[in-house]
Amino acid sequence: MKIGILALQGAFIEHERALNALGAETTEIRRLAHFTDGLDGLVLPGGESTVQGKLLREEGLMEPVRAAIAGGMPVFGTCAGLILLAEKISNDGNVYVGTMNVTVRRNAYGRQLGSFRTDTEVKGIGKLPAVFIRAPYIERVGEGAEELARVDGKIVAARQGNMLATAFHPELTDDLRLHEYFLNMIR
Amino acid sequence: MAVTNQRWELNKNLAQMLKGGVIMDVTTPEQAKIAEEAGACAVMALERIPADIRAAGGVSRMSDPKMIKGIQDAVSIPVMAKCRIGHFAEAQILQAIEIDYIDESEVLSPADDVYHIDKNKFDVPFVCGAKDLGEALRRIAEGAAMIRTKGEPGTGDVVQAVRHMRMMMSAIRKIVSMSEDELFEEAKQLRVPYELVSYVHENGKLPVVNFAAGGVATPADAALMMQLGAEGVFVGSGIFKSGNPAKRARAIVQAVTNYENPKILAELSEDLGEAMVGINEQEIQLLMAERGK
Repeated sequence: MKIGILALQGAFIEHERALNALGAETTEIRRLAHFTDGLDGLVLPGGESTVQGKLLREEGLMEPVRAAIAGGMPVFGTCAGLILLAEKISNDGNVYVGTMNVTVRRNAYGRQLGSFRTDTEVKGIGKLPAVFIRAPYIERVGEGAEELARVDGKIVAARQGNMLATAFHPELTDDLRLHEYFLNMIR
Repeated sequence: MAVTNQRWELNKNLAQMLKGGVIMDVTTPEQAKIAEEAGACAVMALERIPADIRAAGGVSRMSDPKMIKGIQDAVSIPVMAKCRIGHFAEAQILQAIEIDYIDESEVLSPADDVYHIDKNKFDVPFVCGAKDLGEALRRIAEGAAMIRTKGEPGTGDVVQAVRHMRMMMSAIRKIVSMSEDELFEEAKQLRVPYELVSYVHENGKLPVVNFAAGGVATPADAALMMQLGAEGVFVGSGIFKSGNPAKRARAIVQAVTNYENPKILAELSEDLGEAMVGINEQEIQLLMAERGK
């Protein structure tokens, strides 16, 4: 199994390590030429969504990525990845890939002093450690999308068919169950 | 020590999110917006960029909090600001305005010629400059959650950032190849806790993210630093002291993503207008990198 990891900016190496530990092959996508046939899934990592979104456009990757996801390619977005996937960002005019029927709020917990770590119950997986870094949360889950986890009443994970997204960073912990869940979506 | 502290973990994690990105010095909300639109992953808010600090001389201090707040309001990406080495009261003020990262920086005049700030006492993260592995690990022991090379700020000359990155990487390679019983003596030589040397031995890298800084002025400079092992780049005077800041900023951002692709780097280097003039190493009166060891 071969997973493409968007490597324009951010914490992509952490996702590579997690997936490699689970036996999946990974490849870094920095340019359009890297987004080839033969990818079984795609990871959109944490980082700055403004930077990643801008580079997606400039590298000509935005449309091909959108088309692939709309065509059913399994995708896993964490933090900035969730923002890229969202159809709507409530406090920001931008829309990036926009394939997932959710509304997110950027920097929803404020600045770095608002960053935190907690445990959260994820539907179908169980209790997981969750690291929130200047994180968004999901304000609304639309038709077709299903919430998977809440922290303090706010939705922090969701799935819509081939799309999985979390507001927190499973790649920053040693717990690989969400990555395993994603690989099972592909299998 | 900091290594087990949860706040430090979260602060280190923020630096992980900045990797593969460019952090740009800005002095006004307008510049901050240009930087954000060009793809900066964070901005450093300061009243004067290092080249102007160097030109002006005199004592250089933390920026006006009102000016920093103006920049915080202008952008949605993380905002950093500098305090003087050892000036924990300036750091407390920056924490009070909820800065995302404090740079305890040799660019400003040092406030303490012996002690750095005990950064473990703070909730906000710190980035510190280092010339070599010993300095880097000492700053991490004090609680720094991110390291950058010192380079020589405000010169537009990359030679010292290169020297510092090479010294750091070569010292890391040396520790990786040591036998375990040699690590104790190495910790003593470097004047750092054994646990940090042991981490480097096992992982072949610093326990925190390591950026390049000081003298980066072109896309090629950024690519050079990335190939030497930097995980991202600070650009200070290089952008807003150049002829076309927005275009140069965009090009440096793309160069950091495509640092291993000379063809793309060639395109990015085209037609950028005037680079900052720069000062050669031999022409410098003041070596900022010698501040705070």
